Parts: sequence; C-alpha cells; structure tokens
Amino acid sequence: MEKDNLRKEIKDFIIETFLFGDEAESLQDSDSFMQNGIVDSTGILEVTNFIEEKYNINIENEEMTPNNLDSVENLVNFIVRKTNG
Amino acid sequence: MFNKDSLKIDSQKVTEYLCQNILTQIRDKLKKGGAVIGISGGIDSSVVAALCARALGPKRVLGVMMPEKDSSPDSKRLALKLADTFGFEAIEESIYGGLSGLKCYEKRDEAIKSVFPEYDSSWKSKITIPTNILEKDSFNFFTLFIENEKGESKTKRLPLKAYLQIVASTNLKQRLRMTTLYYQAEKRNWAVAGTGNKDEHMQGFFVKYGDGGADLKPIAHLFKVQVYQLAKYLGVPQEIIERTPTTDTYSAEVTQEEFFFGLDFYHMDMLWYAMEHDVPPEEAAKVLNLTKEQVERGYANIKRKIVATEYLRMAPLEIE
Repeated sequence: MEKDNLRKEIKDFIIETFLFGDEAESLQDSDSFMQNGIVDSTGILEVTNFIEEKYNINIENEEMTPNNLDSVENLVNFIVRKTNG
Repeated sequence: MFNKDSLKIDSQKVTEYLCQNILTQIRDKLKKGGAVIGISGGIDSSVVAALCARALGPKRVLGVMMPEKDSSPDSKRLALKLADTFGFEAIEESIYGGLSGLKCYEKRDEAIKSVFPEYDSSWKSKITIPTNILEKDSFNFFTLFIENEKGESKTKRLPLKAYLQIVASTNLKQRLRMTTLYYQAEKRNWAVAGTGNKDEHMQGFFVKYGDGGADLKPIAHLFKVQVYQLAKYLGVPQEIIERTPTTDTYSAEVTQEEFFFGLDFYHMDMLWYAMEHDVPPEEAAKVLNLTKEQVERGYANIKRKIVATEYLRMAPLEIE
C-alpha cells in the first residue's frame, strides 16, 4: 500500500471526524491524538472501526496500543505492517 | 516523603470534619431538613449514610434501595443491615418497571445481539477492560462477556456502535435512580447526598446526571482506600467492608477493577497520590515494589482518564 495515499486518507478521516473538517487546526503526522486532546478512549474505538472496515484488517486486543494507533504516522506504519504481513 | 502509609488518615478527625461540613451544607447552605441516600450495600453508600446519620441524627436520614432486574440479591440484605446498624429508615423503590418502560433491557440486549446473535435474555452479560494496565501501554478498550445457564461463555472486543448503545441503555439505570432519589428528597424537602469517592469522581466512573447528580458529595475528595478506613472507624458492618466492589449494573457480576479502573485500589490510589505529589517514578516504584516503567504506565493511565472524563464534571456550558 502506498504510504503517502494512506497518510492522506487517515489524516482526512481524523480531521473530518474529530476536528469537524477544520484543516486550520494543525495536525502533524507524529502528534499523539490522546495527548493533544483530539481523540479520547471512545474516539480510539472510532479510529479502529474506521481502519478495520476501510482496510479490511482485524486488530487484535494486544495490538490496541498507542504505538500502533496514537498518531497518523503510527497508524500508517501499523496498517502497512498488517496488510503486508 | 512518600511511603506505604501516605494514604493513612486520622479517621476520627476526618469524620468530625466531614460531619461538620455535612451539617452546615445541608442545614445552612441548602436549607434542607435531611439527607436521602441511595444504598446498595456497597462501601461508599454505607460510609456516606453512616456519616449523614452521625452528622444529622438518624431521623434525618433516609436510605433508598432501588433494585432492578440485574441487581445482586446481596444488595438489599446488606443495605437493610446497614440501616439497622445506624438506625435510619430504609425503603425499597423498585426501578424495574420504569426501566422496562424506557426499554432499557430491550435496547441493551439489541446491542449485545449485534455482537453475539445467539444471545438472549437468559444469558448473563458484562463489559470489562484490560486489567494489566501496568504491564503494557494499552488503550482502555472494552470487551463484552456473555455466559449462559450451562456456564458456557464468550468474549469479544466491542465495536463502537454496540459499545455506545450498551452504555447509553445501562446508564438509564443510574439516571432513574437519581430521579427516584430526588422524588423522595423533594417530598420531604431534604437533600440528595452523592456517594462517589475520589477514584470515581475524578476518573469519571459515574453517570452524568445519574449517580453524579446530587446536592452534596461528602466523600468525593477521598481515595477508596481512605473510604475503607472511615468505614472501619464508623462501624460499617464487616460483611459490607469485605464485599468486592461491583457495578451492580450488569447481570454477570463485574468488579470495579475489571469494569473501569483496571488496577487494584491500593496500587491505583498510591500511584495517584504519588503522581499528584510529583513523586519521581523511581521513588514510587521502590515503595510499591513495581518497576519504573510500571509506575509510568500507571501515571499515564490515570492522567488519561482524568482528562478524557473532564466533560462529565463540567456544569452545562453557557455562552460568555
């Protein structure tokens, strides 16, 4: 999967879902969603729902970690690993 | 200096201080004649009821038991034992009919069936979170557990939609309890005393306008382990003190540790105290016999919950 496209799709989803489409809110690829108050624990469920459905992957319980899910960059790397693995 | 006794309180002094405050809050600030408390046979409501009985006199205290379909039978027995011990009146107001009218069980079961199609009302259910939060830096995702009469069980991580519907429908229970308590309070011109402790209040383990809806919250600043100390001092029946804290909301018994906190009360409260007092993780680790990494995960988990549940503690927002 092409990383740049993936990055854009995820960023668009985060901006549309949690920032109500406000692109003026600067979201860096490495920004933690939780620490920056963009997403709470319920929001993480929205993120996992989105990537499971969109990329047809199954996230295991032990994969529900900030290292995998808590920034645009972490999500991109996680999805690439899952789809390639 | 952070040590194993950092959360020890002088129960006599704390009791005197709380009783004085309860009296002035109810009599002078709220201008009410007594206190109504929802009693579940749990440690928190027992301590609040005992404090109110001591502060106001037992004749100015009413305990209300509010059973519904999923309540433990122990709740009523222990609540009556509590009322008997402290000499206040206890009444029973079932909320089962009201919840049925609101389709609480139907809506919850519909959401559970969307995850497990074989589920019907003969199965028991509960929601849990990971309880290994010190071992791994994990998000607090929710797992649905169901069990049938033969003891066969199934678990699955809850998808967002089902999770939200289960929580929204079971929150009707706490909101109907609040409505019931206010009926009893208003007809006497009394106040409703909330029973949440600091762990629940600050980490958001309550329902906004449900059990969070009260006129005063006398123990909202006390850690759970301190509530236990007060319970012993006040003479709360031993059986209540020894009872494992549960939510008393789901048909399958679920402890507060597995439903919400993910950690035993001693470690959670000590870690929280250490975090609040800027105790370096290395130092807290030595006292608690944990690793530095475990302490850091504990600090992060507690902080995350406090931040994520801030809206629960907010009054309705007004335009400035």
